[in-house]
Amino acid sequence: MSIEIRNISKQFGSFTALEDINLTVPTGELVALLGPSGSGKTTLLRIIAGLETADQGSILFNGEDTANRNIQERQVGFVFQHYALFRHMTIFDNVAFGLKVRPRNSRPSKEEIQERVHQLLSLVKLEGLANRYPTQLSGGQRQRVALARALAVEPQVLLLDEPFGALDAKVRKELRRWLRRLHDELHITSVFVTHDQEEALDVADRIVILNKGHIEQLGTPEEVYEQPKNAFVYNFLGNVNLFHGRIHEGRVQIGSLELDSPEYVQTQDTQAISYVRPYNIEIERVDKGQDFIPARILFIRAVGPIVHLELKREDNDDLVEVELTRARHQELALKSGEVVFVKPTDVKIFIPDDYSI
Amino acid sequence: MAGNIKLRQGTRSTHHAANTTELPVIRWLLTLIAIGFLGVMLIMPLIAVFAKALEGGITLYLDAIVEPAAIAAIQLTLLTIAIAIPLNTVFGLAAAWAIAKFEFKGKNFLTTLIDLPFAVSPVVAGLIFVSLFGVRGMFGTWLIEHGLKVIFAPPGIILATIFVTFPFVARELIPLMHSLGTAEEEAALTLGASGWKTFWYITLPNIKWGLMYGVILTSARAAGEFGAVSVVSGHIRGLTNTMPLHVEILYNEYQFTAAFAVASLLTLMAIVTLVVKNFVEWKVQQQLGQSE
Repeated sequence: MSIEIRNISKQFGSFTALEDINLTVPTGELVALLGPSGSGKTTLLRIIAGLETADQGSILFNGEDTANRNIQERQVGFVFQHYALFRHMTIFDNVAFGLKVRPRNSRPSKEEIQERVHQLLSLVKLEGLANRYPTQLSGGQRQRVALARALAVEPQVLLLDEPFGALDAKVRKELRRWLRRLHDELHITSVFVTHDQEEALDVADRIVILNKGHIEQLGTPEEVYEQPKNAFVYNFLGNVNLFHGRIHEGRVQIGSLELDSPEYVQTQDTQAISYVRPYNIEIERVDKGQDFIPARILFIRAVGPIVHLELKREDNDDLVEVELTRARHQELALKSGEVVFVKPTDVKIFIPDDYSI
Repeated sequence: MAGNIKLRQGTRSTHHAANTTELPVIRWLLTLIAIGFLGVMLIMPLIAVFAKALEGGITLYLDAIVEPAAIAAIQLTLLTIAIAIPLNTVFGLAAAWAIAKFEFKGKNFLTTLIDLPFAVSPVVAGLIFVSLFGVRGMFGTWLIEHGLKVIFAPPGIILATIFVTFPFVARELIPLMHSLGTAEEEAALTLGASGWKTFWYITLPNIKWGLMYGVILTSARAAGEFGAVSVVSGHIRGLTNTMPLHVEILYNEYQFTAAFAVASLLTLMAIVTLVVKNFVEWKVQQQLGQSE
């Protein structure tokens, strides 16, 4: 089932949670709503589910307005961040709940319910735990029960609110891969909310980046990562170094460094912000001229395949973060306290909104 | 989470014991003072009530209880409890539900209002009902015209009791429902459960022990209420006397043994309530611990 979000706005008192949101999720897609806290992503998800009502706009399922459908009739499966399992029921009863509360004429028989629940429990790999209570399960297991419970009612849409937010890093990674595989098997239209860019990039077909109640960018993981539309998206999707500078007729001046930026040829003497990913900075022991800036190494963290360095520019005291491969690091044999020369190789330049004409 | 908290408490208490151990003499002295105080203020009076009640022998004791006026008082007290409990349970549930699960204007005011019966003197509570339903009260004339009697009749007693015991269920449920949150109810709704089924299968099982606790406190207070009931009762023997009022009348008539006999019944009720209360309290704690 496709989801169409049309002109949705929502206000909480004087706080604007969502402002004129338009978005279409085609049938069978797995979409991530990504944004910092307070960006309105959870509110949007709750509005789709019918747990919250929008002040304006409409939600269409398969082209049909849901305004007159209450939560029960929307056939959405909702997975909550803190699982929201029924604590006084066994795992079996939790999963069976949606089937048991159906009106008598559409309720499956006891045997059918039994079979369906066991099927779902084996799908989420929890066969042996049917008679346990939620408190006896680990976080990852609980979230899988929550997922099985949501799937039990054969929802047309699956909505997940920070489904892995409360789990530790390792379980989170496992579970999100598993969710992706499950989605590839079931092809349920799914929307999940997250504030973790890595999670969104790893799992989703498409990513919707939200900030302060509106959509900043919409696209595949590659698109949003490689071609960020604006500074916010670039900043949000990974570590960045930020350099303040000025831009004039296609040339950016950042301290002693001058770079070409052909996309801003028309721009006259404007303040600009340049972003550089830590792995897009070169380090040399000797000054090779050409845009190399002297910087002092403050700190080296050489754990894992990537070596992280923190440096301080000698010309203006700005901090610079650099990531090197282990091989390159060994080749250079750097020590903290040394002065080296750095050069950004790939710079994204954005003119802050306030200064744009 | 609950595990962590317990662990921390455990460590702290061992520290405590190691660092601040008092001299044995002082420890004994403090314990003795505590036990002595408890004995004089609580245990002795309790024994005294039963001793005094059984002073004249078991027959006299039973006579005092099966006497028509006493029976009537017991019946009226039980009737009052039987009406006050279901009504206050429903009111309390509705109020707690509204306060714990929804945001609305005037919520703080409502919370304060619920506490009013705790703050106001029971005598004032009784007078409120006299001023409303008494002969010269706001609805007095209307009631007389329709041949209804509220003040100096059981309805007044029941109303006053409901007023005085109103906060117990709500007060007990508000923090509990607050800590439980709304996620489970929302989950039930998305799974297709109707509002009623959600309440019956999800909310009620989660709050049942807290609710029980509130009901027990309500019944204890309803049985023992004196001030408010005394104002609206009129003290008509055999008709508008509850057990506490009956005890007072007997006492004022110097029928000490009979007074203590009925008083011992009230005491017994209180003890039973306390035992049940402790059990339920333990259950509530267990549940709260689980919900963390």
